[in-house]
Amino acid sequence: MSLISERADFRGPIAEPSLATVGDYIALLKPRVMSLVVFTALVGLAVAPGSIHPLTGFTALLCIAVGAGASGALNMWYDADVDALMARTARRPVPSGQVQPGEALAFGLTLSVFSVVVLGLLVNLLSAAMLAFTIFFYVVVYTMWLKRSTRQNIVIGGAAGAFPPMIGWAAVTGSVSFEPFLLFLIIFMWTPPHFWALAICRTEDYARAGIPMMPVVSGDAVTRRQILIYTLLLVPVGIAPWPFGYAGPLYGIVAVVTGAIMLWLAVQVLRERRPVDRASKQLFAFSILYLFLLFAVLLVERGWGGLIARLAA
Amino acid sequence: MNEPVNNDHGIVLTEAQKRARRSRSIAIAVSLAALIVLFYVMTLVKGPIVLVRPL
Repeated sequence: MSLISERADFRGPIAEPSLATVGDYIALLKPRVMSLVVFTALVGLAVAPGSIHPLTGFTALLCIAVGAGASGALNMWYDADVDALMARTARRPVPSGQVQPGEALAFGLTLSVFSVVVLGLLVNLLSAAMLAFTIFFYVVVYTMWLKRSTRQNIVIGGAAGAFPPMIGWAAVTGSVSFEPFLLFLIIFMWTPPHFWALAICRTEDYARAGIPMMPVVSGDAVTRRQILIYTLLLVPVGIAPWPFGYAGPLYGIVAVVTGAIMLWLAVQVLRERRPVDRASKQLFAFSILYLFLLFAVLLVERGWGGLIARLAA
Repeated sequence: MNEPVNNDHGIVLTEAQKRARRSRSIAIAVSLAALIVLFYVMTLVKGPIVLVRPL
C-alpha cells in the first residue's frame, strides 16, 4: 500500500485532483453582478469633479471589478451548502463540485488582497480602504451574519452593492461628498424591492435552504407591502439628483417616468396573491432596467463629456 | 482512461485533469503578465508621483 493510500485510510479520502476550468473560476466571480458593479462605479468615477488619467481610471475600475468578483467567490465558498439546496444556485461551481471549497476560498482571498493593494498603490488609499470595507461588508456582515439570521438581510446587506459609485468617486477626488452618497442611497433603496420581487418567485427555494428571506419569515402579503413601501422611498431618492442640481432635465424626466412605472408595478405586486407571481417577475426585470437607465442617463448627461475630455487630454 | 490512478509514484492525472490544469496555469500566467504590464505602464504614466499616494 502506498503512502498516499495509507494516509487516505487514516484521514479519509483525498480530494480528487481538480477538474475546474478557467470558465468555472470566472463563474465564481459572478460576472453579471460584476457588470452592474463596474457600471455604477464607472458612473461614480465619470461624474466626479476633477481629473483622472484614463489609465488610472481603468485601473480603478479593474480593481473594483476584481474586488467585486472576489466577494462573489467568497460568498459562493461560504454559501455552498445552501446554494446546493436551491434550484437557482445548485449549478454554481462549488455546489456542483467543479471547484473545491478550498479552491474558491483561496481564489477569493487572493483576489481580495490583490484588488485592494493594487488600488491603494496605483490610485489612492481612500478608494482602496472603501473597497476593502465593501468586500468585508459583503462577505462577513452580509454572507456570514445577516443572510442566515434576519429577514432584513438584503436591506442592510444591500449597502455592499451600493458602495461602488462612492469608490469610483473616491478614486477621482480622494474624498466623498453628498453627491456620491445620493448614488449610494439610490442603489441602497433599490435593493429591497428588487430582491424581494425575486424572493416572492423563489419562496420555496429559500424556505428549503432555511434562509430567512422576507416572504419565508413574514409571509407573502407582508413582503408585497414592504416592496411598495421601499418603492415609495426609492422613487423620490431616484429623482433627487435632479432637484439637487446634480443632473439635468433629461435625468429628471427619465427618473419620474421610470419611477412611475416602478410604483405601478409595485402596486400590481401588492394586488397579486400567491401562487401568481407575474407582477413580481415584471418588477424584478424592470427594476434592473430602472437602475441601469438612471445611471446611464447620469453618465450621458454628466459624465460622458468629462470622460471624453479626459481621454482627449 | 477517466479515473485517476494511485500508485507508488503518487496520483496520476487523467487527460481531462491535465487539460484543466494547463488552462488554469495559462490563465494565471496571463493574469500575472497583465499585472506586470499594468504596474509598468502606470509607473510611466504617473512618473515620480507614483510614490505619492494621497488619501
